[in-house]
Amino acid sequence: MEHYLNLAVKSIFIENMALAFFLGMCSFLAVSKKVKTAMGLGVAVIFVLALTTPMNNVLYQYFLKDGAMAWISPSLGQYDLSFLGFLAYIGTIAAIVQIVEMALDKYVPALYTALGVFLPLIAVNCAILGASLFMVERDYTFSESVVYGLGAGVGWALAIVALASIRERMKYSNVPAGLRGLGITFIITGLMAIGFMAFGGIQL
Amino acid sequence: MATPMKKVLLDPLFENNPIALQVLGICSALAVTTKMETALVMAVAVVAVTALSNLSVSALRNYIPSSIRIIVQLTIIASLVIVADQILKAYLFEISKQLSVFVGLIITNCIVMGRAEGFAMQNPPMASFVDGVGNGLGYGVILVVVAFIRELTGSGKLFGATILQTVNEGGWYVPNGLMLTSSAAFFLIGLFIWGLRTWKPDQVETED
Repeated sequence: MEHYLNLAVKSIFIENMALAFFLGMCSFLAVSKKVKTAMGLGVAVIFVLALTTPMNNVLYQYFLKDGAMAWISPSLGQYDLSFLGFLAYIGTIAAIVQIVEMALDKYVPALYTALGVFLPLIAVNCAILGASLFMVERDYTFSESVVYGLGAGVGWALAIVALASIRERMKYSNVPAGLRGLGITFIITGLMAIGFMAFGGIQL
Repeated sequence: MATPMKKVLLDPLFENNPIALQVLGICSALAVTTKMETALVMAVAVVAVTALSNLSVSALRNYIPSSIRIIVQLTIIASLVIVADQILKAYLFEISKQLSVFVGLIITNCIVMGRAEGFAMQNPPMASFVDGVGNGLGYGVILVVVAFIRELTGSGKLFGATILQTVNEGGWYVPNGLMLTSSAAFFLIGLFIWGLRTWKPDQVETED
């Protein structure tokens, strides 16, 4: 149990997707003008990450890993399909995003209207693919990948909501012309990254 | 013919830089800018993937049904990235280890996708290829500049060769550890954008 808690803290704070690895920057910068929309995107990312990371973990453990297909028949055990990884993961992500979108539309229309515009955007969000690739690289087990997917999503959502609330307050300040908009956002993100560095070294 | 080609190639470098103006593709790659070596390899990989994906998407553009174009583009890009990754693993194993997941993340790099969707779908293959090279370079320039500053000030080296001898090795230079953290990359890009927009004031964002 402690191990999973540790992994969650690590993925939320210490190795924050957005601030430590620059993942999902495009939407991070583009959709962080208002807290409300940032919150919507954040929830959507948590949702999709929590689904896709374990899915890709199953895909990797049972099909793509070196010798992973031995469970189908021993003769298939000799294949190493890990080079197909990128294609398989991005396909899974696109498919899951599509399915989630349709399922939400049918069963939870309220949530669909709230997340609607963000879901297609998420398919090409680097944070989603990044989490899957990190999961493969670190060779997480299935339960670890569930915790990691959830934690990475929560961390990303936390960062974007925090940035959005700072940006909302910024309209009261007088930013130099050339720095306005994108430039100052980068500087703020840098300061936030320094803030998050304070979590480094926390071990449960 | 020569002038528009040149424009397509050079525009993305400063006039319409994909990172500074369009906020595309910062996602995957800033984490690789602590060293010149990795940044350069990453830049070359992105230029190659963008150019070739633009070329192939543009060559196929009249045969791709528009309802499934996104998935077709993604498949083309993912296949090219797999090729790039395998080449790196075969010939530059050390560097590909350091780049770790970030080669794979070229797939979701918004520049590649953005140019395929925004330019290659409407233009002939040759122009698309040049556009891909231009945008890849516009991205590479920032990557290399950021890496130059970070490696020089952060560890006193360039391409792994010592330029400023650090205190630890008996020299005089006290390395600035902050430059090796992720926050420094954000600051540098912020300042780069500031500089670029002061130089070309028409890129300044209006208040909304």
